[in-house]
Amino acid sequence: MLFDPVFMLQEVMPKLIAAIPLSLFLLVVSGVIGNLAAVPVAVARVSPNPLLWMPAYCFILLMRGTPLLIQIYLIYYGLGQVFADLTLFGKPLMRALPFLRDAMYYAIFALSLNTAGYTGEILRGAILAVPHGEIEAGRAFGMSKWLIFRRITLPRAIRICLPTMSTETILLLKATALASTVTVYEVLGMAQYIRAQTFRIYETLIGAGIVYIVLVFILTRLMNWLERYLNKDRERPVSIPLAQVAKP
Amino acid sequence: MDPQPTTVWSLMAYGDTGYGDEFLRGVIFTLQISVCGYILGFLLGLLGAGAKLHGNRWLYRAGDLYTTFVRAIPELLLILMVYYMGTRALNSLLIGIGIANESIEISPFVAAVASLGFIYGAYLTDILRGAIQAIPKGQIEAARAYGMHAPMRFRRIIFPQMIRYAIPGMGNQWLNMTKDSSLVSTIGAFELAFAAKSAAAQTKHYLFFYSVGALCFLIITIVSMLLLQQVERRASRGVRRA
Repeated sequence: MLFDPVFMLQEVMPKLIAAIPLSLFLLVVSGVIGNLAAVPVAVARVSPNPLLWMPAYCFILLMRGTPLLIQIYLIYYGLGQVFADLTLFGKPLMRALPFLRDAMYYAIFALSLNTAGYTGEILRGAILAVPHGEIEAGRAFGMSKWLIFRRITLPRAIRICLPTMSTETILLLKATALASTVTVYEVLGMAQYIRAQTFRIYETLIGAGIVYIVLVFILTRLMNWLERYLNKDRERPVSIPLAQVAKP
Repeated sequence: MDPQPTTVWSLMAYGDTGYGDEFLRGVIFTLQISVCGYILGFLLGLLGAGAKLHGNRWLYRAGDLYTTFVRAIPELLLILMVYYMGTRALNSLLIGIGIANESIEISPFVAAVASLGFIYGAYLTDILRGAIQAIPKGQIEAARAYGMHAPMRFRRIIFPQMIRYAIPGMGNQWLNMTKDSSLVSTIGAFELAFAAKSAAAQTKHYLFFYSVGALCFLIITIVSMLLLQQVERRASRGVRRA
């Protein structure tokens, strides 16, 4: 069977495009949860208190030291097994809370934890890179510790790690493809499904590749725009031609 | 041996009653495909870096296309592409030119090494390119002034310095590769993740066996990190520190 572009465009692509929202949903939800969870992880990691930094260190090591595939399996099958044995008000937990059967929530949980670990480490570096003088200035203004963190350290740290974060977001989009291994029909999951149904290899895999390339291209543009938007003050002043200024 | 395992730990026994030997084989296979894939990736990375730095527009575009594609497509999809599409394309080619009469099977080992090497070749291309560019121009000019020909320039001047600049990035890619090698379990290669998966599916001790699998990967990562520290120190011997 050779590559058949008509089959790809007519049969495969519409289904793959219909699966894009699920991929983006995984990306956005686990990105938001993971990045929010990364803030306490990073704060705990830079703390001098061993009761705080040690658990954070172990969490980051665990998330960065093991493959995401194993993490997804561990959460989906392992946690699913634990939930299957539990009961809630006399009823099996899985029946009381039917959404616990949906693999998607486990995938989101695993992706969020993983993101929290990776971003936590990045944010830690960024927090340490905030110029000391700015924090001292905050102290001189009589700001409380929390106010300094909220107004100075965190916003500065986020802007420092923004370029890294944009690559991290693209890595997360690629990581959502792993949800296909636990029966989530996002773009790659759908491609695999069609491949299993029709035995068409080239059309499904190339189709999925095209979808991911386009998504990454759009995402890169979006992140560049966001970076420019958040770093407006660092832009060079645009020189306006004199003739334009002179106009009323 | 106790025929009825009483605790989960006896499931890790070495031999017929436990999965200790399966895990050990998985670890060895993971390390094998990682090392072989890394070597292939390094060679592809050298080729890619050479293509990007050669100065020829078309070579640059080919290298750029390679790295852009690999960076944009999920690793799992790339592995499936190399395995399924590579096998079928190779078969069509071999049958087409009449070398083989029937389709050949590609072993999971070859498929794993080929796909991991292909993926990490792209990442190493950019790391090696950056490392070559970091070498002071004057050194290469000096080598040229001494009348060294290109292979000797590469061997004596470029390569040793490039390696030193590239080691931190190459170390990171090694760590990523050992983790991404778990993905080849999806094409049936019997590595660590596959061992964990089959043991968990057979005994229904999912939590336990996936934790053991994760622990094995964690140990590989930690040992690699310690070794990489040593390599880094050795590679920058003789370099003045600030």
